[in-house]
Amino acid sequence: MSSHAHEYIDGNAAAGDLSKIFAVDVTAAQGQCANCGAIRRFAEAHLYMQAPGVVARCAVCEHVLLRLVNVRQCMFLDARGMAYLRLDM
Amino acid sequence: MWRVGTVVALHDETATARTITLKVPDWPNHVGGQHVDVRLTASDGYSTVRSYSIASAPGPQGRIELTIERLPNGEVSPYLAQELAVGDRLELRGPIGGWFVWRSEQTEPIQLIAGGSGIVPLMAMIRSRASAASTAPFRLLYSVREPRAIFYRDELQAQSDRGHSVSITYAYTRATPKDWPRPPSRIDAALIANTTWPSNLVPTCYVGGPTSFVESATDLLIAFGNGRDKVRTERFGSIGERK
Repeated sequence: MSSHAHEYIDGNAAAGDLSKIFAVDVTAAQGQCANCGAIRRFAEAHLYMQAPGVVARCAVCEHVLLRLVNVRQCMFLDARGMAYLRLDM
Repeated sequence: MWRVGTVVALHDETATARTITLKVPDWPNHVGGQHVDVRLTASDGYSTVRSYSIASAPGPQGRIELTIERLPNGEVSPYLAQELAVGDRLELRGPIGGWFVWRSEQTEPIQLIAGGSGIVPLMAMIRSRASAASTAPFRLLYSVREPRAIFYRDELQAQSDRGHSVSITYAYTRATPKDWPRPPSRIDAALIANTTWPSNLVPTCYVGGPTSFVESATDLLIAFGNGRDKVRTERFGSIGERK
């Protein structure tokens, strides 16, 4: 574990977990923060993996964009921090 | 979907980093910059997943290379970088990630900036460029503690010597080669100004390394006039080992 308890990495690193749910790569998708309105690639979000699960925060305002938690055989996905996500199909 | 890869070769890059070559049946070809998730499961059923960048260019043979730096307090990297043997098997998921990638259709100037083991995904881009016979203008600024910490030294030298070369600048933070003009120091504004593409050429920049390194290199690139949307980053965290 990191000694820097609140250190984040890039949204890129969530690609493996998100691939369990989505058929296309979410990290290259553009999303809008529901709080500040910034439009960024998901890969640019700040990702915190020290929590039980994954928390992605807006790179501009640090609002929570997405939470992904794995509990036994269930995945809980909370994406209410994003106004939308534009996926290239 | 998890695939099983078999270790077919091991090669020490430095005293603390090792390249693992895996043969993976039905490997869907990757793009330079992508990573894989590696899952290790203990005999008691405890399992853990880590992400590692792919170091190799895509190829036809279902082989991939990962270069793994042994971290003193790492849970997984000491096993991968020390104990793993040829013939061992690893569970892999990937290739993963569609943003921190360089595709051979890209013809614009490319600025790569690596801190330590952050070189790994950037090396995959350099190797992809060579294997695609691309002439896209590439520059690499590679920050390392000391000369013996350089990964892929001979191959980088060969890449900088060939025609349509990759231009490489080393920056040492702790110890330099003899008579090196720049004293040991971190990447700074002067180095960015003197060695990276002028921002009016609108390079696409890829920055890989520990979080603090990526933060500072990105800020310097933006201060030098590069657009934030032209800087793509891959932070490894201070542990260098992503959960």
